[in-house]
Amino acid sequence: MSFISLLWVLLLGSLLGLELIGKVPPTLHTPLMSGANAISGITMLAALTLIVKAEGNLPLLIIGSVSLGFALFNVVGGFFVTDRMLAMFSRKPSNKK
Amino acid sequence: MNLPVIIKFVIDLLAVLLLALGIKGLSKVKSARDANRLAAFAMSLSVVGLLSYYLGTSGIAIQSWIWIIIGSIIGSLFGAILAKKVPMTSMPETVALFNGCGGMSSLLVALGVAIFPISKNVENLDFFKSFINEVSISVSIFVGAITFTGSIVAMAKLQGWLSTPGWTQSKVRHFVNIVFAVASLIAFFDLINGNTSSIWLLVIVSSLLGIGVTLPIGGADMPVVISLLNSYSGIAAAAAGFVVDSQLLIVAGAMVGAAGLILTQVMCKGMNRSLVSVLFGGSLSAQNTTSSGSGEYTNITSCSVEECALTLEAANKVIIVPGYGLAVAQAQHTLREVTKKLEQNGIEVVYAIHPVAGRMPGHMNVLLAEADVPYEQLKEMDVVNPDFPATDVVLVLGANDVVNPQAKNDTSSPLYGMPVLDVQEARTVFVIKRGMSAGYSGIKNDLFDLPNTSMVFGDAKKVLNDLIGELKDLGVGEK
Repeated sequence: MSFISLLWVLLLGSLLGLELIGKVPPTLHTPLMSGANAISGITMLAALTLIVKAEGNLPLLIIGSVSLGFALFNVVGGFFVTDRMLAMFSRKPSNKK
Repeated sequence: MNLPVIIKFVIDLLAVLLLALGIKGLSKVKSARDANRLAAFAMSLSVVGLLSYYLGTSGIAIQSWIWIIIGSIIGSLFGAILAKKVPMTSMPETVALFNGCGGMSSLLVALGVAIFPISKNVENLDFFKSFINEVSISVSIFVGAITFTGSIVAMAKLQGWLSTPGWTQSKVRHFVNIVFAVASLIAFFDLINGNTSSIWLLVIVSSLLGIGVTLPIGGADMPVVISLLNSYSGIAAAAAGFVVDSQLLIVAGAMVGAAGLILTQVMCKGMNRSLVSVLFGGSLSAQNTTSSGSGEYTNITSCSVEECALTLEAANKVIIVPGYGLAVAQAQHTLREVTKKLEQNGIEVVYAIHPVAGRMPGHMNVLLAEADVPYEQLKEMDVVNPDFPATDVVLVLGANDVVNPQAKNDTSSPLYGMPVLDVQEARTVFVIKRGMSAGYSGIKNDLFDLPNTSMVFGDAKKVLNDLIGELKDLGVGEK
């Protein structure tokens, strides 16, 4: 990929993000933030790339692995916690404890 | 183009599409939960896509697998455990912690590539390419470090581990932060010039900058800061995408960065604050010590829990206004017991939710939902405001600025223009509060002086517990 086309990707991605959420009910601010936050853990792909390309370089493997751990902490925790919050909204009075 | 490249392209495209649909769906109540799962699925899909690509091309060494598995298991495990265990009241700091770790991850990737250039980047490096490489590494480190330290400070402040040091409210902090910013700029240019060792300077000063910018910000503005830092972590991910040449990373990062910015804007609007004043204004109370907030209370009526219970028993319609204090006292379950009793007595109960009630916009809805309050009883400000004149009793629980009539009547008030709940229109207002201290704005609340307002002093949870006892004695809800 040439740098210029990557810049296009950046531009279009940003525009998409600006358009995606127009009106958000206040109820959803916290879950939306937490969900978007989980997605920002996509940097786990960069960590994976680093590990695969490390070619036996131990320090690099370790850095990549720690980075992957941090990213997955963000992703897994973020999605779980968002789901926990949203589960409360969808709970119907009928299945109360 | 060979097969693995095509497969990865298709999977990446699908993942981007699903992520976009996920973010979109998260902004609607009905679709939110499915959208969250969709986004999680898209993320796993992207991992499958990347791994299958490497399996189909260069292959993945056993050693790499081992480190991938170690990192994944530890990270996922801690993330899942924390997500399951953390109480709903500490949601804001949890999001901050997760967010900081995302920033840390981008920082580490860039650091790894900078110290040990990966083979792909070394071959055929012309000047332009290496320049781009250095810039994206620097941006990734800079933004990643700010996101990490900023989020950790935000978390520590919300948890109460850190208070706001006095000097950070003076002008000195701007000078200090400018020094950090200039130093990072110097390190940045040094790095582009090929001086690799200055990378550590960049790491250190941008970390300090993250701390220096976040530390002066007051607790009530923290949600906005977390939302902004969330946007930064998207930018850091996009920068990491440039470092490892991944379009998917760039798109997803840019999307989160832009969406986070919009969300930050929406939150600011709800709090009647501008982003600039949140970031550079220091905490609100510090600004207003000299302005109009200095008035004394002249007409405070205090009453006992018993009187409050008697009035409640005689009411037909009750509106509850929950606020930050309720969240801090973790009294949402006790509140639910009180309202259950009232409902059993045929009293109509509604909760009025101000857009920024709680510790984070939308946080109060989460807390009340946790306490089994039916979703239909939660009314947003615009919906509930016309109902106040026909309401017998309003219970204000740990809310302050959001029920201050000054925002409507007093043009000189710093609160003027902020949307508020018109509780003073109701027949009787009970304000349950620990003392006469001001809200986070530090401004006197005219509501407390009104003749139809009575103060019930005490911790929200304790008062509500006493209220349950009193209501029991009155035979409310004992049918």
